[in-house]
Amino acid sequence: MTPTQTEVPQRRGTPQDSDGTPVISVRNLWKVFGPKADRVPESEELCGLSRRELMDRTGCTAAVRDVNFEVAPGEVFVVMGLSGSGKSTLVRCLTRLIEPTSGEVVFEGQDIRQADDKRLRDLRRRKFSMVFQHFGLLPHRRVVDNVAFGLEIRGMSKAERTKRALEVVELVGLAGYENSYPDQLSGGMQQRVGLARALAGDPDVLFFDEPFSALDPLIRRDMQNEVIRLHHEVGKTMVFITHDLSEALKLGDRILIMRDGKMVQCGTGDELVGAPADDYVREFVKDVPRGDVLTLKWIMRAPEDGDDLDGPELGPDVVVKEATRVVLAADKPVKVVENGKLLGIVGDEEILAVVAGQEGGA
Amino acid sequence: MARHWQAGAAGLAVLGLTLTACGGAKVGDSSSAGSGSSGKCGTFNLAVNPWVGYEADAAVVAYVAQHNLGCTVTKKNLKEQIAWQGFGTGEVDAVLENWGHADLVKKYIDGQKTAVDAGQTGNKGLIGWYVPPWLAKAHPDILQWKNLNKYASQFKTSESSGKGQLLDGDPSYVTNDAALVKNLKLNFKVVYAGSEAALITAFRDAEKNKKWVIGYFYEPQWFLSEVPLKKVSLPAYKTGCDTDAAKVACDYPIYNLNKIVSAKFAKSGSPAYDLVKNFNWTNDDQNEVAKYIAQDKLSDDAAAKKWVEANKDKVDAWIK
Amino acid sequence: MTVAVEKPEKTEAAEPATAPAKGARKVSRPMVIGAILVVWLVLFALLRGKQTLSLAVADLTDLHRWINDFNDSIGANRNSNPLFLYFFNEIRLVIDNLVTFVQHLISQPSGARPVPEIGWLGVVGLAGFVSWAVGNWKVALLAVAGFTFFGLQGLWQESMDTLALILCAVFVALLFAIPLGVAAGLSDRFNRLMTPFLDFMQTMPTFVYLAPLTLFFLIGGASATIATVIYAAPPTIRITAHAIRNVSKTTVEAADSLGATRRQSLLKVLLPMSKRTVVMGVNQTIMAALAMVTIAALINAPGLGVNVLQALQSLDVGTAFNAGLAIVIMAIVLDRVTTAASAREEHARNSRNRFEKWRRPLLGAGAVVTAVLIYLSHTYLWAADFPGDGTVGTRIASATDTAANWVQDNLSGLTNAFRDAITNGLLNPFQTLLTDSPWWLVGAVLVALAVVLGGWKAGITTAACVGLLVATGVWSDAMTTMASTLVATVLVMILGIVFGVWMGRSMMADRMIRPTLDAAQVMPPFVYLVPFLALFGATRFTAIVAAIVYGAPVAMKIIADGIRAVPETTVEAATSAGCNTWQIITKVQLPMSRSALTLATNQGLIYVLSMVVVGGLVGAGALGYDVVAGFSQNELYGKGLAAGLAIVLLGVMFDRITQAAARRASA
Repeated sequence: MTPTQTEVPQRRGTPQDSDGTPVISVRNLWKVFGPKADRVPESEELCGLSRRELMDRTGCTAAVRDVNFEVAPGEVFVVMGLSGSGKSTLVRCLTRLIEPTSGEVVFEGQDIRQADDKRLRDLRRRKFSMVFQHFGLLPHRRVVDNVAFGLEIRGMSKAERTKRALEVVELVGLAGYENSYPDQLSGGMQQRVGLARALAGDPDVLFFDEPFSALDPLIRRDMQNEVIRLHHEVGKTMVFITHDLSEALKLGDRILIMRDGKMVQCGTGDELVGAPADDYVREFVKDVPRGDVLTLKWIMRAPEDGDDLDGPELGPDVVVKEATRVVLAADKPVKVVENGKLLGIVGDEEILAVVAGQEGGA
Repeated sequence: MARHWQAGAAGLAVLGLTLTACGGAKVGDSSSAGSGSSGKCGTFNLAVNPWVGYEADAAVVAYVAQHNLGCTVTKKNLKEQIAWQGFGTGEVDAVLENWGHADLVKKYIDGQKTAVDAGQTGNKGLIGWYVPPWLAKAHPDILQWKNLNKYASQFKTSESSGKGQLLDGDPSYVTNDAALVKNLKLNFKVVYAGSEAALITAFRDAEKNKKWVIGYFYEPQWFLSEVPLKKVSLPAYKTGCDTDAAKVACDYPIYNLNKIVSAKFAKSGSPAYDLVKNFNWTNDDQNEVAKYIAQDKLSDDAAAKKWVEANKDKVDAWIK
Repeated sequence: MTVAVEKPEKTEAAEPATAPAKGARKVSRPMVIGAILVVWLVLFALLRGKQTLSLAVADLTDLHRWINDFNDSIGANRNSNPLFLYFFNEIRLVIDNLVTFVQHLISQPSGARPVPEIGWLGVVGLAGFVSWAVGNWKVALLAVAGFTFFGLQGLWQESMDTLALILCAVFVALLFAIPLGVAAGLSDRFNRLMTPFLDFMQTMPTFVYLAPLTLFFLIGGASATIATVIYAAPPTIRITAHAIRNVSKTTVEAADSLGATRRQSLLKVLLPMSKRTVVMGVNQTIMAALAMVTIAALINAPGLGVNVLQALQSLDVGTAFNAGLAIVIMAIVLDRVTTAASAREEHARNSRNRFEKWRRPLLGAGAVVTAVLIYLSHTYLWAADFPGDGTVGTRIASATDTAANWVQDNLSGLTNAFRDAITNGLLNPFQTLLTDSPWWLVGAVLVALAVVLGGWKAGITTAACVGLLVATGVWSDAMTTMASTLVATVLVMILGIVFGVWMGRSMMADRMIRPTLDAAQVMPPFVYLVPFLALFGATRFTAIVAAIVYGAPVAMKIIADGIRAVPETTVEAATSAGCNTWQIITKVQLPMSRSALTLATNQGLIYVLSMVVVGGLVGAGALGYDVVAGFSQNELYGKGLAAGLAIVLLGVMFDRITQAAARRASA
């Protein structure tokens, strides 16, 4: 099961200031729980064992096994997997809330694993922040004091941090609730407080650990839109953990799928749907409305003799759903053109196959 | 609202100050009378062991020390062992009614030399086996130990595993009962009631409901004036018959109850020491005060006052 | 029978899937226990009376003599030992000063003043104000009423002496207990290290260390305070550790992720979030401290305990009850105030908009009033000495006497029959089996039962306890005590289930019964011993009844809470399936509150064990008598200490077995 790594593609509608260097690079990261956990990543034999065999042989559980990826500046990077796949452990390893067993997590050119306590605290105070599934708010503090908590820990003066906290409270749409206590708020609003707390310190990277799983579907959708809006406004790099594929597809520039601690596939949404790496991913994306995700490049075919090549032109990254009307309205196949070069054509048949859901997978 | 309350508070304060103005005796106005005579005596630390007879001794001695000698008396409610221990640490000056306690004598008088004997109280301590009066009346021969086996089955209880029950009391009592039962070949079992209260309750109940009870008891004891228990005679005491605790087969000796004081107190020249040394009265005297306390429910001080006022001559002899 | 009934069984059935071997044993567990008991009975019949390790009341073992000598040598060297001169004396001085300071403030005359600095009016005002500030106005009224009642009872000074001692002891206890509890909450290792010490502090009878304490810290306030601290600190340590451990992991993680230092996360997250639970620990510490009031009186600590003990000497039930009632009222006031204090913050949060604005000015006004009251009580005699001569107390005493006499006169026939039935039918055979079997046989049976019920670890602990019990030299007495203890626990559980189910099912019953239970738990046993003695005589059964009075309330409360925690829907499902009330209780509510039942058994046992010494005072003999005798007679000190250790060992053994069994049951 070799992971399929795809090049970092251009992202949809996100502000970009990419100079090519990733914000975070993760290399050969392992996290093993259990007695003498160190020996597992070191031994080739043990590395090869399945989770069950490893448990029986050593009493250890490998929650994260040999994971590699990079997160580009301004990107929303989603890690997705079912419960027990190791995704929450992975995100905690990135800020060493859980100490990784081996591997590297490079941030600003330094391996975070080598950082001493002071440096690590400094990173957590200024560069990273995290939003938790169960909020992790302080029930004995008002909203504004919860939001200011990170700043307080940094040692910022009370007046200053309150001012900043009020700004952020406003930003996440909680104006008017500054003086409420967390248990007086609904779940969605509590998570806005969590979000505000994370934003207050103006970090470089935001980590989200299944932040919306505990919320009702409608509120969850609101919050997802909120994250998209904030991403537009503040343009932070985000690492987002979820078990919900539609959430992953909605938010993620790229998605990493994990299973049993290993990465299965990493790529954009349309890559996962268009070219699943294995049956596991295929099963996963089976119910995704393909027309919403796939782009023309995934369904185009090479022009054959007899095709009319004077139809309308569209780019390869146009989503099928958006192209449907054009393709169906045209009486000739649509040309898929990138930089003046003809890549292929898309006709009614291809479109209908996707939209009607007949295509049984690539 | 707040202003209202503040006004209320202010009002109360004013009321308070008004009361101050019109009001009542001040602390310290008339207090000089009470604590006046702080003479040469100083503080007198008196242990009070937990039985009413002792309480009577302590009440009277404390009353006299306070009112006639001007001592500041500090009574300390302690069991014997801790009271004796207090001689060494300097916290106890005197124990007024000591029942033998050879082990404590050995440890503190002979060994550590922190305590000394201060003479007899005049009380005679009688220890023995007692039965309720109705039983003595109904079966007069029961008062001879030789006849006890005849009645053993009547004394059976749920605790005595088939034998007759001989009830013992507080663990601090001086007792040879287990050895006595064995050596006199009595068909009895010693059952440990564990406290004086348990023992007295058992006797009270026995007399009231005509139950068969035989048990350890002692004189002088206030309860005897409520229920005059009858003593069973055991083989007569001869000097030395109780030296080997395991082989005792004779009655308890008559204890001449004595007073123990700390070595330091004896040398202090305090008038309280002289009082303790001279303190001497009869079993009847003690029983009278004990009755005031236990049955008439007078406070210690009131009981002592009543007795002292009625026995001026005796008290005068103690303080000369 | 219904869907509902399957639920608890299902969770059990899930286990064999992963561990089939265990599942197979589970089915036959009652049979294994039965087999062990049969083997025991057969061997008992063959070996009766052999190797029973019995020891007569006055006999000692080498260990006991060695302890005596050791104790004597400490006493003899007291005044020259630097440890005493520079360590214990310093501690004593500090605590003594604290106690004297508080006493002069509220209970004892100080210097030239014939009365304490603050008189009754000031104390009542202060009690009301503080209760209001930390709790609410309802408990403030209760505090004012309760404190005034002390005066009406004619026990003002005694109550204040007791209060002064309690305040000092609780203050000193918290000074140590909260940091230790936090440390135990943060570190599992430290927690494991602490647990045996805490067990020891809570189950070792105070009588055992009372005499040595007075040797170390002298007679009076300091020793009484320290004795109280030893007994009362453990609940706060345990509950604080529990609270720290139960702070939401996410919140701690959130603080970590924001870069909090250990100190910051302790001060800003862990402590504030566990505050409410810690206050409940403080509540438990106060209750435990009140339980020590009578015992402290044995070493000359002033207060209500003195009245109780003195009344006991002349069997004056009424006077003892009057003083005991004051202790109960103090307990109820302090309990309700601390409970309200722990809940206050949340209440305040919810009703913030209405009251918070007024709170500050109101508190200020209250403080002014209180200050005036204190001033008045400092200055004027009428506000310093409680007026009246305590006629209410006299009336309470005589009413109690009348009631006690009526009960003794009219019920003793009934009670004797009941006593004999239980003693001959249950207690005597069981005790014979335990005391007349060879020690190794009883030991083997205990270990085997522990293994079957609680697993190997419980078995090892039991084996160690059995070994140490033999070493204490009071094996036979320990077996006698164990027989009474187990019989008492069975009765506690029967009562606990009957009343617990009733209270759990009916809020009305709960509200009616609960105050009585509170009173039974804090009323000093010395108060009701005399009537019990009159009813049942100086017997083991009296000791059992006293233990039940103390232990049953805990079991009832725990079971009631367990019954109430059964999900409404499950009961509904059973009702809709046509269960009648009896079926709902026996098939749904009791099986589903199994963990509460085990907890009740565990706590019931521990409470019953803590009454062993009191039992020794009313005819139970055995370990309790040994302990009291050790306190009373110098040469029996070593044996008393050994008996105390035996009680601790029995407690640890029962605790570990029941806890392991509970873990199994809920796994």
